[in-house]
Amino acid sequence: MGATVTTANTNENTWGGGNEPMGASYGKMMMWFFIVSDALTFSGFLAAYGFSRFKFIDNWPIADEVFTHFPFLHGVDAPMYYVALMTFILIFSSVTMVLAVDAGHQMKQKKVAFYMLLTIVGGLIFVGSQAWEWKNFIKGEFGAVETKGGSVIQFVNKEGKRVKIEDFAVVLPEEREELTRSKGKWFMSEATLPSYSVAEIQAGFKAHPEILVKTEKIYRDTKEDQANKDLQPGLNHNKKREILTREASQKLVDNSHIVIEGANLKHNEYGNKLFADFFFFITGFHGFHVFSGVIINIIIFFNILLGTYEKRRSYEMVEKVGLYWHFVDLVWVFVFTFFYLV
Amino acid sequence: MSHDTHTHEHSSNIKRIWQVFGILSVVTIVEVYLGIIRPDALVMNDFLAMNLLNWVFIILTLYKAYKITWVFMHMEGETASLRWAVVSTVIFLVLYLLFILLVEADYIHDVFRDSTIKWNF
Repeated sequence: MGATVTTANTNENTWGGGNEPMGASYGKMMMWFFIVSDALTFSGFLAAYGFSRFKFIDNWPIADEVFTHFPFLHGVDAPMYYVALMTFILIFSSVTMVLAVDAGHQMKQKKVAFYMLLTIVGGLIFVGSQAWEWKNFIKGEFGAVETKGGSVIQFVNKEGKRVKIEDFAVVLPEEREELTRSKGKWFMSEATLPSYSVAEIQAGFKAHPEILVKTEKIYRDTKEDQANKDLQPGLNHNKKREILTREASQKLVDNSHIVIEGANLKHNEYGNKLFADFFFFITGFHGFHVFSGVIINIIIFFNILLGTYEKRRSYEMVEKVGLYWHFVDLVWVFVFTFFYLV
Repeated sequence: MSHDTHTHEHSSNIKRIWQVFGILSVVTIVEVYLGIIRPDALVMNDFLAMNLLNWVFIILTLYKAYKITWVFMHMEGETASLRWAVVSTVIFLVLYLLFILLVEADYIHDVFRDSTIKWNF
């Protein structure tokens, strides 16, 4: 690890290792180039997300309708607040990291260790928050139905407010046990059964004449849209999802294929399948970066406590992991914008 | 930059860090506020096929990215050659990638909308 110590060697010749290209030490420059390649990887993912979104621009889920949870506020519609909080946590841990780097320049071991510890705590809180966000995303709230054509329909009441499937589905005396190993049948594993069957949703829909269907498609307020007889008058607003009349709703409900609760990689109640796939993949990959960052920070933290960098008379290692940590924050800034805001 | 030149410029750096933290926080609060109220004046008007609100979000995001890279990652203190090597590479390749993928996606969207292929799994 001696190579990471930088001293401004002016007396060594260029080919003897005395040269520092671009005025940066070997380790720091390599960290920068690693960041370039990682930035391009994330750009690739986000561009792929943009590709799918532009391809299905007329029926992409609206983030404000998907991420609406906040801890301890059950049933309160709170879009954005939680993810804003997560953003603050990450920015703040970036600040403590840069303060650690700053203290390192002044060779203040205790201060560096203290700020590193704060950074690690911030990183852990962020990863935990992301886990909670995933939990809500996977569990879902309202439930939806996928039609035979593969599009996702949701349910609303007369006012256009979302209705949970459990609030209107009727329980039918159906014999459909979930297959388990202990039931003594020829064992076939299967995915968890949804709480209601398609028939129960259809019967519930019939029994509640006020329920309407909200489709994936986004209402654009064009002349064509205004002339569309299938849309429920008064409930459709520009750039929101279309709400159908009772007759048109009935047609889609008759065409139901499966009941969806929450999200997985194959189906999700929010709409387009790719939306959940990209959400899991991109936030997951970012979360993995945060997690590795926390591990690396912990290693550096113990090195600081052991006095490794005091002996080296240089805290450049803190600077290098600092670069990585800021990069993780930087990626989050973009993920935040493209998943939650735009 | 060698370490000797760092020492005296460092006395005021902590103030700058908190200042940038303040800027990043304010920008984030503005973004979240706009994201919640979604003002009609911005949402309903388009510029280059995207609504103004999204343009505001993207510009604010780039500004935040600039502040993080320049101040927190201390890019401003690196040599011009390192700055160019890192920043211009990323900007060029990202713009290129976005151009290709988004134009192609828009084309596929139009095919789905206008021709006989309605849905392709």
